[in-house]
Amino acid sequence: MKGGFLLRGLDRSGLIFLAIVMAVGILVPALNLLVPPGNPFHVPGYAVSLVGKYLCFALLALSIDLVWGYCGILSLGHGAFFALGGYAMGMYLMRQIGARGVYANPDLPDFMVFLNWKELPWYWQGFDQFWFAAIMVVVVPGALAFLLGWFAFRSRVTGVYLSIITQAMTFALLLAFFRNDMGFGGNNGLTDFKDILGYPVQAAGTRATLFFASALALALGFLLCRAIIRSKLGKVLVAIRDAESRTRFLGYRVEHYKLFVFTLSACMAGVAGALYVPQVGIINPSEFSPAQSIEMVIWVAVGGRGTLIGPVIGAILVNFGKTYFTAAIPDFWLFALGGLFVAVTLFLPKGIVGTMGDWSRRMRRQPSSTPPDPTVKPAE
Amino acid sequence: MVLRRLLCALALGCALFAPEKSALAQADTASLIQALGEARNYSELEKAVDALAATGDSAAVPALEALSAGALYTQKLGGPVRIGIERGADLVLTDPLTGESAGTEPAGGYERIRVNNRLRRSLRGAIGALTLLSPKPEIRLAAAQAVYKNRDASALETVEEALAKESEPRVRAALELARAAIQLAGEAGDDVKLAALEIIGERGGRESLALLGQVSANASPAVAEAAQIAVQKIQASLRWWSILQNITYGISLGSVLLLAAIGLAITFGVMGVINMAHGEMVMIGAYTTFMVQEVIRTSFPGLFDVSVLIALPLAFLVAGAVGIVIERGVIRFLYGRPLETLLATWGLSLILQQAVRTIFGPTNREVGNPSWMSGAFDIGQISLTYGRLWIIVFALIVFTALMLMLRRTPLGLQMRAVTQNRRMAASMGIRTPWVDAMTFGLGSGVAGLAGVALSQIDNVSPNLGQGYIIDSFMIVIFGGVGNLWGTLVGAFTLGVVNKFLEPYAGAVLGKIFVLVFIILFIQIKPRGLFALKGRAVEQ
Repeated sequence: MKGGFLLRGLDRSGLIFLAIVMAVGILVPALNLLVPPGNPFHVPGYAVSLVGKYLCFALLALSIDLVWGYCGILSLGHGAFFALGGYAMGMYLMRQIGARGVYANPDLPDFMVFLNWKELPWYWQGFDQFWFAAIMVVVVPGALAFLLGWFAFRSRVTGVYLSIITQAMTFALLLAFFRNDMGFGGNNGLTDFKDILGYPVQAAGTRATLFFASALALALGFLLCRAIIRSKLGKVLVAIRDAESRTRFLGYRVEHYKLFVFTLSACMAGVAGALYVPQVGIINPSEFSPAQSIEMVIWVAVGGRGTLIGPVIGAILVNFGKTYFTAAIPDFWLFALGGLFVAVTLFLPKGIVGTMGDWSRRMRRQPSSTPPDPTVKPAE
Repeated sequence: MVLRRLLCALALGCALFAPEKSALAQADTASLIQALGEARNYSELEKAVDALAATGDSAAVPALEALSAGALYTQKLGGPVRIGIERGADLVLTDPLTGESAGTEPAGGYERIRVNNRLRRSLRGAIGALTLLSPKPEIRLAAAQAVYKNRDASALETVEEALAKESEPRVRAALELARAAIQLAGEAGDDVKLAALEIIGERGGRESLALLGQVSANASPAVAEAAQIAVQKIQASLRWWSILQNITYGISLGSVLLLAAIGLAITFGVMGVINMAHGEMVMIGAYTTFMVQEVIRTSFPGLFDVSVLIALPLAFLVAGAVGIVIERGVIRFLYGRPLETLLATWGLSLILQQAVRTIFGPTNREVGNPSWMSGAFDIGQISLTYGRLWIIVFALIVFTALMLMLRRTPLGLQMRAVTQNRRMAASMGIRTPWVDAMTFGLGSGVAGLAGVALSQIDNVSPNLGQGYIIDSFMIVIFGGVGNLWGTLVGAFTLGVVNKFLEPYAGAVLGKIFVLVFIILFIQIKPRGLFALKGRAVEQ
């Protein structure tokens, strides 16, 4: 039944997208591992990590699109959910270091020894088990989102107010995680990872596996989002986005729908963070910075919100640009990013995919039916 | 009462910094200081010291202090007397009279002016006489406070002498306190000590707690008991002072927040436009101040003290102009789409930051304080800098001016009309696009004014605005959108709450608590403290 639910939303574009994601997920690691270096088809190890990172960002963008594109909730705090998932995974990886740290303490991570702590804080208990960390990756961001959403949606905090609240939330977490006595490594965060599930994090085989896992997570996340928005639930979400009061008057418990989709999205962001950390090798409080979270939103806007495929493309494009320009012309990048924010909101409100969809529909002279336009003003 | 104290403190501050030494007295003191170096033996030196003490010119004090500390030097081959600090084989020299640096030279060319114990005593007397008996009350006051803090027993005689002559009540009080502290620390009889304890318990501060602790440990039971009572009295008064200090510092922080938020209260509150580039308007104001000071430094050095006053209108105009350009160029296409406005203005803020970084460099820029804004003063146990005081005053002036503008001018009337009902206002012939541009320009200009003020207390760097944007939004939302009073109350409440939390939770955790508090507060009152009533706010 579950599989049936997941597969229900598949159409041609969805299938093509899935095929591409899975092809990348298999081809890139294969070209890295099987083709010898020197061969023009060889993919170097750093590229595997880099693209793996993009795939995690794509999953994150997908989760933002689910709440923003389909439910009209602009979260400026998704970086917090991402980072929390990352920290949960980072804590597992820290515990795996064991006695191989600088201070060779079998239980305590180096920074705790450095701070002269005698025993592991209670919230670090259990993170030596992968299954526990894996659950926390989903549960912690989900619980935070549930709590925030439960308070916010119940008292009908909407629109920009909600955006600013989520921003304040991630800012508060940023400040909190910067503190050394929080027990999360303070400014430096968690790093120097050695093993994941017994395999060395740096090894080519582990990287390839993580890469494949990221691609798989992205594909599953896409299937899940697709299934949700094609279901009746998804229709209600779109209705809430376009006319919240009207939906409420029709008898739907708007806050329940919002809460569900917000929490789910936070869980997805947490998974993305958990896959991101072992590939990048570090998690630190800067992931909580409000600027980071807003940047994530622009990935979605560039690709086209309310399209699911768009955010994935947007995340990969913008981050590729960032990688390229910050190395080539560092001063130019912030101009470009800032310009992107302005240009997309002014000239490309539907993003790349949305605009291309409009074009192709106009070519075929079909009346536009789906997907619904996310940029229309709420009719209330 | 408070106002009078403030004025008093202000006058004191101005008097301290005003250059009023006559050239004649300077020359006289200078030749007498030079005589210190030319004395051939201790008795000649003592005569020179007495002569200096007789001038009554407190400008001689640094030279005498240096002499007593063995840091006054004369050149072996003849030349001006200098204060020297040894650094390796060199001496870092300063002029004893003006305090100006006189370069660094090898110690070999200099000879220390030696003093003996007899001389040291007369030096202390001379320094005490110059300061405690100085004709200027503020110098006497400072000297009395210094004696109170270091409890130098040898100063007792001079203090008594000064007390006999003193007519000014506040200096008298300080002198009595100083005498009491010396008596307590010294070997006086029990009745003298009890009287001293009375005075200290009444007026003493944190610094006398240690002394009282010693007294209660060593003295006779009666004195020890009195000392305990004095300690309790002081601690009780200190509690009050610490509450008062938290409130004062909270108001000071609140005024900074108010300045940063009030422009936002106009653009966000009145227009409903989320301007994420608001912080960058503040930054532009700060950089305008920097530019003004640069021009003044290179071309008109005499105008430095008024540089901030020149920068104020300029910052308003520059930031306001940038604001109008942003409104006309970007924001007007996005009315009715607040989330897109948020993203676009965020992009603009990135561009503005990077532009400033490219032009001025990423490092902090030095913005100087004019003389009337530097320094600090004490009210009881609270020390406040003049910069902070002026910012409180300035924030209130800006707030009042904005209030008046909104209530009493045609533009204000039109702004309120557009806020309440845009379509109706347009039907009545108000040019709503023009009002939008002006409102946005006004909000940005006020942010520029805030930048001038913040440049005096914060680092002027491209990230200046980033630090204030989230706080500003929190304040506007907390106070209630569309209501300047709400912003005022919100800013001061958050400032004071922050300062009260700091001692218990630390600055960072305190801030986190405040953020969490606001997040929860908005759940209860989604429209803030002072919500606008009526249909207009219901979208």
